[in-house]
Amino acid sequence: MIDLIWLIPLLPLVGFLVNGIGRDVLPRPLVGIIGSGVVFVSFLLSCGVFAAVYAARQAGESATFTQSIFEWISAGNLSVSLSFLVDPLSAIMLLIVTGIGFLIHVYSIGYMKHDDGFAKFFAFLNLFIFFMLLLVLGSNYVVMFIGWEGVGLCSYLLIGFWFKSSAFASAAKKAFVMNRIGDLGFLIAVFLIFNTFGTLEFAGIFPRAADMAMGDTTLLLITLLLFVAATGKSAQIPLFTWLPDAMAGPTPVSALIHAATMVTAGIYMIARSNILFTLSPITLQVVAAIGICTALLAAAVAITQNDIKKVLAYSTVSQLGYMFLGLGVGAFTGAFFHVITHAFFKALLFLGAGSVIHAMSNEQDMRSMGGLKKQLPTTYLTMLVATIAISGIPPLSGFFSKDEILAHAFSANKLLWVLGFIGALFTAFYMFRMLFLTFFGKFRGTAEQAGHLHESPATMTVPLVILAILAAFGGWLNVPAALGGSHLLADFLSPVFADSVAKTGAFHLDHTTEYILMGVSALAAVVMALAAYRQYVSKGAVPVADEAPRGLLAKISYHKFYVDELYDAVIVRPLNALSVFFYRIVDRSGIDGLVNGLSRSVGESGKGIRLLQTGNVGFYIFMMVIAIMALLAYGFFNG
Amino acid sequence: MDNLFILLLIPVLGALVLAFVQQAKAARQLALLVSLVSLGLTIPFLVQFVPDASMQFEQRFAWIPSLGIHFHIGIDGISLPLVLLTNGLIPLIILSAFNYDYKGGFYALVLFMQAGLLLVFTALDAFAFYVGWEVALIPIYFICALWGGENRIRVNIKFFIYTFFGSLLMLVAIIYLHMQVPTEDYELTSFYQLGLDASTQRWIFWAFFIAFAIKMPIFPFHTWQPDTYTEAPTAGTMLLAAIMLKMGVYGVIRWLIPIAPLGTAAYGQLALVLCVIGVVYASVIAFKQGDIKRLIAYSSIAHVGLIGAGIFAWNVQGLQGAIIQMINHGISVVGLFFVADILIRRLDTRDMAAMGGIAKPAPVLAILFLTIVMGAIGLPITNGFIGEFLLLMGIYQYGIWYAALGGLTIILGAVYLLRMYQKVMLGEVNTQTAVFTDIRGTEWVVLAVVVVLIIGIGVYPKPLLDLSEAAVTDLINKVGLIR
Repeated sequence: MIDLIWLIPLLPLVGFLVNGIGRDVLPRPLVGIIGSGVVFVSFLLSCGVFAAVYAARQAGESATFTQSIFEWISAGNLSVSLSFLVDPLSAIMLLIVTGIGFLIHVYSIGYMKHDDGFAKFFAFLNLFIFFMLLLVLGSNYVVMFIGWEGVGLCSYLLIGFWFKSSAFASAAKKAFVMNRIGDLGFLIAVFLIFNTFGTLEFAGIFPRAADMAMGDTTLLLITLLLFVAATGKSAQIPLFTWLPDAMAGPTPVSALIHAATMVTAGIYMIARSNILFTLSPITLQVVAAIGICTALLAAAVAITQNDIKKVLAYSTVSQLGYMFLGLGVGAFTGAFFHVITHAFFKALLFLGAGSVIHAMSNEQDMRSMGGLKKQLPTTYLTMLVATIAISGIPPLSGFFSKDEILAHAFSANKLLWVLGFIGALFTAFYMFRMLFLTFFGKFRGTAEQAGHLHESPATMTVPLVILAILAAFGGWLNVPAALGGSHLLADFLSPVFADSVAKTGAFHLDHTTEYILMGVSALAAVVMALAAYRQYVSKGAVPVADEAPRGLLAKISYHKFYVDELYDAVIVRPLNALSVFFYRIVDRSGIDGLVNGLSRSVGESGKGIRLLQTGNVGFYIFMMVIAIMALLAYGFFNG
Repeated sequence: MDNLFILLLIPVLGALVLAFVQQAKAARQLALLVSLVSLGLTIPFLVQFVPDASMQFEQRFAWIPSLGIHFHIGIDGISLPLVLLTNGLIPLIILSAFNYDYKGGFYALVLFMQAGLLLVFTALDAFAFYVGWEVALIPIYFICALWGGENRIRVNIKFFIYTFFGSLLMLVAIIYLHMQVPTEDYELTSFYQLGLDASTQRWIFWAFFIAFAIKMPIFPFHTWQPDTYTEAPTAGTMLLAAIMLKMGVYGVIRWLIPIAPLGTAAYGQLALVLCVIGVVYASVIAFKQGDIKRLIAYSSIAHVGLIGAGIFAWNVQGLQGAIIQMINHGISVVGLFFVADILIRRLDTRDMAAMGGIAKPAPVLAILFLTIVMGAIGLPITNGFIGEFLLLMGIYQYGIWYAALGGLTIILGAVYLLRMYQKVMLGEVNTQTAVFTDIRGTEWVVLAVVVVLIIGIGVYPKPLLDLSEAAVTDLINKVGLIR
């Protein structure tokens, strides 16, 4: 089975080509079958590969397999191959990408049924799976980068899928550009890695890095640059604002790309490069700090949002923050564990939200929902499972993975734990708020919407049920020793993180402390859920209208801390002004004026005295200064 | 069939015949035929080429013996990609002009220019190089002057004087160098062996550099370019941007740096800084352009700036990146300008504000255009990525900050190109764009070829890289590091 690794990404690529080229001729059912079928076969192959890796781990053999396809770029001492690497880490990612990917493809058959771009949608989804698999399977940083940028392209295509709305098209562009800021960090990190290690293959880099000193400056720079890349792809401060806007895309896209897979690429990349980060304690502190700040900020925004997808988007940003917190405190397994459980429950939440939106005739505002649990029982029950899971209430999956991150945070720095705990309170509150506003109370939509309410077809509900089972029991993958667990996941992944563990020593927290931490956070989550129940069910409160006056804190939260406005004022508008300034003043009047002036003065130099025409230049400079001042004044008075 | 002289002669003969063809349809078909014959005759060179550092297919005739001038041509790994680029793109450019009723004279000028370009890329004698340089300039002057837009005369005179000024500087340098040669010839190898002192090399550097910098163009010698690209007929713009500017880039690699390594050591850093400034400066200007041709023109300045910086970094990755990016830039710029031409012909405006929503009525154009845009943005598995990756890696080895600044192109390029794509293709249709017809016939052929090349080179660039690797390594070893 290991010999067939190359087929895993190839099949979705074939699906993309077939559905893309045949989009006008293929009948819809066939498009759906091809689109989902190729991913399903990839999933089966991934299972086979996973089994082989698992068997090798059980037998105590090396569980790392590489497969080289061809030499891609070579120049001088640089040689980059298109080659794949399967080890415990990528084997699990393969299962997530193809497994959840398949479920979301099936779901999309129902969700996109009436869309004109049905075949195009499946083609793009397949293309995404292809690039995501390249990202996961790459045996070097450049192949990873192909996937890294490729998923960005698919994200662009799918966010802007309904491109007739210019707001959606702008959201797509914003996502691409913000990701590219991170990508520049990735590229420069790649150059630095190549100069330091002479290769870009993981297998060549990590053993040599393990011999380097703790706190090495080069490693510090490399890891900081890689983290910049991660903040772009995984929507962390300061590059997170694209993700909420990305909700412009169809809901299955939000579930697949902007929750379960692509946005976790940053965590995967850092987990893959864990030894580099372990040797850079400063970077780890930065990662933890950015992670917890993002987690809190996004959670604080999610509390007041009324668009069901916006709540989930900020929730995703927040949960990604937790994963980075985990990485930052050295809980590599914990962070990756959270990647897995989050993929289950967040994909489920988005698909559930999609089911609601589908039933509500494309209404996304929770103020117009309410009482839907009668009409959408399956959606309600599955989303209830996901909500309990994400809130960290045992014994559902989110509890275990979040607990592992928080336990590490506690032993690293008590403050990080406190902040993480506060974030968990927010999480439980906003998630139950969403659940109650949507499914409880009275229906608040129009009579027309009420007439259309219906549970979604089986293509949509079956994936919900499967994901709900995973979200419920996914936690059993890695039950902590304190609860008599066996640490299955940690054992399986141990070769990947072995070098890092050797540097820092094994993590240990005494069981009493761990029980207390678990108890406190589980209890707090239940309390917040009850608080939300009191507010939105017992009291039946409904969030106020957009234009209604709000308190200061609520206003800041509702307006997402004004980050978009800030970026617009500090970056976008000055750059646009600079563009106009460069074009009109520097280029046309300045440089071109100088050129024209020179040629004119040469032409008229026969008149001798006309040589003084070089005074032109002074005039242009004078104009430039005036213009600069005018522009500054303009910016000042308009700002 | 590997006579290089004949390869140069065919377009000239084609031009002579075409000059007398008055009927538009016959003219374009004949022109396409001639260009395809040229392309076909390039294949034997490609097949027989040995990818080492040697000069191959050499031919040398006495031209003006009393002055020591020889017609000396040959191909090595650095010139072959450019010969391939020229002969590969001319058929596409001719095909792209099929929608206009140009008579034979137009195509005669195109083919005549092709001969000049080929001479520049194969000349091993400075005089022959100079002749090729001017032979390429004169036809494009007439193409722009006779078939250009409203302001063509004013813009064109500036373009001509500007580039001609550069040529004269180069001519002075060539004559000076010739006078230093003991064997009294204009041979490239004689120039290489001069071993001039540092102070002489410094002014030689500037004489060549300004000529090449104007042609490319490098900031701040670029102000002729946006006007000329905008006013020229689209086929002319393609000739200028896709092929002609590579004369300047090629000149830097083949003539400037090996002849004046000490001059380059003194001013190479300055040149590199100018290139990097050009990348950022032109990208920022491109943000707010409303005229689609002018936007692409500025994007070309940015992309060429990165190529220049890669060359002045003077290492294998930088140079290999520069050579492959010359090809890539040629392909993508033909694609971009051709899409612009399709839009302008259908909508009768260059203003993107009057466009929008075209992806709806023209889905095929939408997907091909997006691929071309992604190639220009440098997305992996397009050709642009290979070039930018190698260039930035080369520049990185020169200095991390240059790479960081030059690397801004991957962000800024995405900003202005996606903005362009959004303005043209996405959003709501208006009354004009609602009835936009999708591409057909020759339009489809040109764009499909461009897209196949973009993806093909992006997925498997190795054959192309292998052509020049040995020659580049050898050249760098001979010249040494210039720091």
